[in-house]
Amino acid sequence: MLQQEEKPTGNGKELPYRYDGKLKVMGKATYAAEFPVKDVLHAWMVLSTIPSGEVVSMDTTLADRSSGVVKILTPFNAPKLPGIKPQPPAIRKLSLLQDRIVYYNCEPIGLVVAKSLDEARYAASLIKIKYNTTPGKLSFDKRLDQKRPPKQGNAPPKEDHGEETEAWAKATTVLEQTYTTPLHNHNPLEPHATIAMWEGENLTVYDATQYVSGVRQSLAKHFALPLDNVRCIDPYVGGGFGSKGSMWSHVVLAAMAAKVTGQPVKLVLDRTQMFGPVGGRPATTQHIKLGTDATGKLVAMRHNVIEPASVMEDFIEPSAQQTSMLYECKQIAIDTELVDMNIGVQTFMRAPGEATGTAALETAMDELALKLGMDPLELRLKNYAEKDPGEQKEFTSKHLREAYKDAADRFEWSTRPRTPGTKTEGNKLVGYGMATATYPANRSAAMAAIKLLPNGRIAISSGTQDLGTGTYTIMAQTVEQETGIPWQMVDVKLGDSSLPKAPVSGGSQSAASVMPAIQDACKQLQLKLATLAITDSTSPFFNAASDDVLLSNGELRSKSNPSKIEPLSASITRNKGAAIEEKGSGEPSQEAERALSAHSWGAIFTEVAVDKTTWMVEVRRVVATYDIGLLLNQKTGKSQLEGGIVWGISLALEEDSHLDNVYGRVVNNNLGEYHVPVNADVQSIEVNVVGIPDLKFNPQGARGIGEIGITGIAAAINNAVFNATGKRVRSFPITPDKLQAA
Amino acid sequence: MNPFSYERAQQPDAAIHAIASNQHAKFLGGGTNLIDLMKDDVEHPSTLVDITRLQTLATVNPVDGGLLTGALVRNSDLANTTEVRTRYPLLSQALLSGASAQLRNLATTGGNLMQRTRCYYFMDPSYAACNKRAPGSGCSAVNGYNRIHAVLGQTDNGPADAHTCIATNPSDMNVAMAALQAVVEISGPKGKRSMPVRDFHRLVGNTPHLDTNLKADELITGAFLPAKAAVFAPHSYYLKARDRQSYAFANVSVAAGLELEGGSIRSIAFAMGGVCHKPWTSEEAEHVMIGKQATAETFKHAAEVATRGAKGYENNAFKIELSKNCIVRAFTLAAQGTGTASA
Repeated sequence: MLQQEEKPTGNGKELPYRYDGKLKVMGKATYAAEFPVKDVLHAWMVLSTIPSGEVVSMDTTLADRSSGVVKILTPFNAPKLPGIKPQPPAIRKLSLLQDRIVYYNCEPIGLVVAKSLDEARYAASLIKIKYNTTPGKLSFDKRLDQKRPPKQGNAPPKEDHGEETEAWAKATTVLEQTYTTPLHNHNPLEPHATIAMWEGENLTVYDATQYVSGVRQSLAKHFALPLDNVRCIDPYVGGGFGSKGSMWSHVVLAAMAAKVTGQPVKLVLDRTQMFGPVGGRPATTQHIKLGTDATGKLVAMRHNVIEPASVMEDFIEPSAQQTSMLYECKQIAIDTELVDMNIGVQTFMRAPGEATGTAALETAMDELALKLGMDPLELRLKNYAEKDPGEQKEFTSKHLREAYKDAADRFEWSTRPRTPGTKTEGNKLVGYGMATATYPANRSAAMAAIKLLPNGRIAISSGTQDLGTGTYTIMAQTVEQETGIPWQMVDVKLGDSSLPKAPVSGGSQSAASVMPAIQDACKQLQLKLATLAITDSTSPFFNAASDDVLLSNGELRSKSNPSKIEPLSASITRNKGAAIEEKGSGEPSQEAERALSAHSWGAIFTEVAVDKTTWMVEVRRVVATYDIGLLLNQKTGKSQLEGGIVWGISLALEEDSHLDNVYGRVVNNNLGEYHVPVNADVQSIEVNVVGIPDLKFNPQGARGIGEIGITGIAAAINNAVFNATGKRVRSFPITPDKLQAA
Repeated sequence: MNPFSYERAQQPDAAIHAIASNQHAKFLGGGTNLIDLMKDDVEHPSTLVDITRLQTLATVNPVDGGLLTGALVRNSDLANTTEVRTRYPLLSQALLSGASAQLRNLATTGGNLMQRTRCYYFMDPSYAACNKRAPGSGCSAVNGYNRIHAVLGQTDNGPADAHTCIATNPSDMNVAMAALQAVVEISGPKGKRSMPVRDFHRLVGNTPHLDTNLKADELITGAFLPAKAAVFAPHSYYLKARDRQSYAFANVSVAAGLELEGGSIRSIAFAMGGVCHKPWTSEEAEHVMIGKQATAETFKHAAEVATRGAKGYENNAFKIELSKNCIVRAFTLAAQGTGTASA
């Protein structure tokens, strides 16, 4: 059943390397900030240095006179925008110089536009700002008692009409613990960047984004323009991790500056500016209570999450979500509450919810197994959910059991020492841990266009995005699989809001959403070519049934008589030398969505070594098997899963935005101090997939893989650290100081 | 970054002249620290005097049985020099544990000695209070997020005091040099002078804005590793405790060298990083080890002595216990023999 060595069961072959790889290694892939634009001006954002209050004055006398300065925008002179009602997450509450209120430290309060970046940046340092500072809401952990229900989007916890009390009464073993994760900031390698240009009432932006049509829509609303007047272009994205899933203030500010100056304006955030105005992952404090009967069967579960929320806008990191479906249990209660803080608006980040939620839940399951005297894997199998326990729906497809077995066998889980702290190598303690990974399988409506060109090439396009993950590659591959036209003959276009609409590249849904639209486009093209052929008396298909004519192997072929073929050049000739164009679309069936629950699954095993003096943790080996339906491309797909695991190592051991309790500013706001894994932190990662297509989910049987890699892994590492040391850290990241103190 | 002028010195004397005649001028070596601080609006030199073409300062030469490294020798070159690897392996290890390969390829010996102290609040002018950046303004770190800060030798009279500073010297090289009692070679308008590395960096005292005892018109020409420091080659170890496996500053680092005679300790090389405004040395700790057997007990006693008077803060108190454990571990590994053990 497992296809470790074989290719997956797709109806064609895979691209041998990334479609866009050559351009990228040659430095010829043009990212948003790199488009050559004539007469472009450079903008530098002035950010607040207080967490709360108002701007009393901004003296720009010196800055105005500084070399190269064209315009300085402040709350005192910025043009008034129509003012729109935020509709999160597509349209966020932004900081657009429309008022003088400061909601957080590092919030945009001005913009310097100059002939060069250096001149803009220097002039910004000359602006004298006076604030009226008010006490900010800053500490999160010390203000948990100020928690409140979210304003919207969170069903209130089910009231206990006695069932819950009854269920807990049956529990013979109860595990109750609190786990925390800190504030994170996304930090894609490519910072946020925008070039904005106006031609009359038409606005075009090159913008680093995960959602070209979202930026288009949001800009149109902010400037009260018809949608058709706005275009967003971004063919290559240098990582997003969720921060580029929404449009932030700088995009509107760049467009505003371009309008005011009458010239194109480029605005690129520097690394420090990535810590505040473009979102982050909120900290979480997660209270988990698990109860089992004497056999280890879960009889009741509770997962309460408290998170900080920006005073500007609520955002919920749904960390308790997976608890409602991961294990079979009749009584499950989950809940999220928020604590207002003077921080920037929080947002989606690398498996929002499941990343932090599994870190806590899967650590709790390990603690529960220890309490029960059960093997952690056995406990999970004992509580295996055949159906979604929350909604009592069948899963579209679930092969987690196979994933557990495959990964456990490869890892040789059964041979590990069960007693913590017993295996040493010199000064190091060695331990082993496991956890379950899960992420929802999302899919949205998407469209694509296909064109058979007179020169025999195929152009395929969709307004989707490639975040560096392989969208180009699998688009070309899908066309080859559907038509037999070799991928070298396929021209892929994406990252442009003027192309057929596709959803945000977030929630691991691009491949699952866009590929069905491309399949449909290929089918529509086949139908059109057939229709043209069967009405042409010179064609071998003259008068044939239209469904007897297939586009396959790069030519037209009769289904009933495979020896009857016609080259595609004949179709072009038939169309008087003009290109032949069709559109395709795909959307999830609402019936299926109502009836079935769609998720991906994984089993992760890790080996760590912990130094007894420095308490540094090395993640020596990660073995993971995922049930993600069909893996579309082994190379880009496994790279993406491995990349997710690296982010999981980061969540487990490193990432932590430290907020100063007086200034409300992230103190480690650069990549020297905000730690993410370096090469030396990443050792062996062995990823495998079960490889069974999920055809109830979409026609290709492929669920998304963008985010599941980061789930489960933090707990697997934490559980291995416990197995190594006998020390349990419940506050991520597991840094040396915490281990030393534990 | 403020506008500045740039000139390139062709001779050491010309470099000294250039800087002596302009009090806002600074030397530019590898630029890995100064340029960052200029971009972040912390340093505002009016002129950068580029000294990277002073070829006479870019070589390593044997002198008086020791080794004189020019101020412009890059960290990676110094670490991989055969004489350093064989006679002063402690320095080689320390250098290679610092920063990243890319930074080590640029950073110079003189620049590493001049590296500014590490503190979030010093490196970001958004914070109003920093006695180092804006003398007299107070200290944001004592009541701020102070995980990376000092536990030894700091000045702490409260956040509002004009002398309070708990920043740390971030260098690994400086720690090994202090342990090996290297000497800084200096040229100035009045001639040449030498200063032990241990005296080169300052405690905070009442002058938090000063990191070193180098005068504004002086040029570091080199660092001298004395012949006697080579006795530690067979028994030395640089232990760096940090938050990730590479490209991270030390939570605590220990440079440990032993000269052993039989099982007993004849002389000591010892300094610590990550805990103080300068490489932390302790003659008392060295003293309690001399003549003793190289055992865990001896090292534990030294660790207590070396960290006497340590004061931790909300986020960095862990460094005190970590320091003690690292001292014991580093000397234990040193006693086992250079190059045979791994931390």
